[in-house]
Amino acid sequence: MAKIVGTLMTSHVPAIGGAIAKGLQQDPYWKPFFDGFPPVRDWLARVQPDVVVMVYNDHGLNFFLDKMPTFAVGAAPEYRNADEGWGIPTVPPFQGDPELSWHLIEQLVADEFDMVSCQEMAVDHAFTLPMALCWPDQRWPVRTVPVVINTVQAPLPSAARCWKLGQALGRAIASWPADLRVVVMGTGGLSHQLDGERAGFINKDFDLQFMESMTSDPAWATKFTTTELVELAGTQGVELLNWLAARGTLAGTVRKVLANYHIPISNTASGLMVLEPSS
Amino acid sequence: MPQPQARTPRQPVPGTTIFDGEQARKGYALNKMCFSFNDAANRNAFLADEDGYCAKFGLNDEQREAIRARNVLQLIAAGGNAYYLAKFAGIFKLDMQDIGAQQTGLTKEQFKAKLVAARG
Repeated sequence: MAKIVGTLMTSHVPAIGGAIAKGLQQDPYWKPFFDGFPPVRDWLARVQPDVVVMVYNDHGLNFFLDKMPTFAVGAAPEYRNADEGWGIPTVPPFQGDPELSWHLIEQLVADEFDMVSCQEMAVDHAFTLPMALCWPDQRWPVRTVPVVINTVQAPLPSAARCWKLGQALGRAIASWPADLRVVVMGTGGLSHQLDGERAGFINKDFDLQFMESMTSDPAWATKFTTTELVELAGTQGVELLNWLAARGTLAGTVRKVLANYHIPISNTASGLMVLEPSS
Repeated sequence: MPQPQARTPRQPVPGTTIFDGEQARKGYALNKMCFSFNDAANRNAFLADEDGYCAKFGLNDEQREAIRARNVLQLIAAGGNAYYLAKFAGIFKLDMQDIGAQQTGLTKEQFKAKLVAARG
């Protein structure tokens, strides 16, 4: 049976791509962020995943406002990155796992999560950058399944709903008969706001409490409405919904493998966590 | 029949326009143009003939003026979404600190210092 060997949550700011392209990993501005990742690579080398299920939000590369699914699952044999409008360097394509994708779609819909299925899907920086941080040589050693949550256009799914989606996704993965090792990633956040007079808003206290809750009280953030999350974490800080869904896939108690937090990269408070089942 | 709840203000967070259905309807043409900037050929077409490109997408006067002014707060008021507007800003090689400084009335250095100050 497939087994979730851990979850990885990280920020996904586009500027990370620019920093990678320019080789700025040791630059004083970027070093506190990039220094979080060598231990992640050690952990990945230890757990040897076959598949990454990537929970993220699209930023207007694959989905436009003409059709905006609340929850979508990729079911393509391959996923490609593209220019996103500001010349972000593109990365090699990612291999999909359509059989697993369709299993997840079937299980989730049976579990009353009515997912949109996508047999073609471009993946943006929220997918590609976490992969490039985990595997800097960009020779991806895993197959991938994208799971996309709308954090772009209100009404967004509530935190409570995203948590339950994660739980259902965890059950769906665990019921796949193949003997696969799966890492679930959740990307975005933490607190940041790009738009409006409130641009530059960062909330360190909230972020640290949210990261703490991932181990001690993982459903903590489900008590907040989306508007409250905007108030606490900023308009784009609501991307933490992707963290909640990824965390929800781990049933039972968890062990924190590593965590890192740094202010700022670009306009964002960056967070990084790896959790694994403690049993 | 359940009665509608008393509505909270549509935009309750100061200095913040939550991108909801009303904004999405208002900004559709503007965001559709910005979505087209995913493609480098479209970015070049915009630069070659800004008026013609905006007309092709049917921008209204408010949107056209906000694009002309390169003014982010005006673009948001006209229905622009931050993620799509970022693609417009990318044409001019503006980064998120340029955008943040413009919206908050700070210099770029002041805006960057504000971010660092969030460390506490």
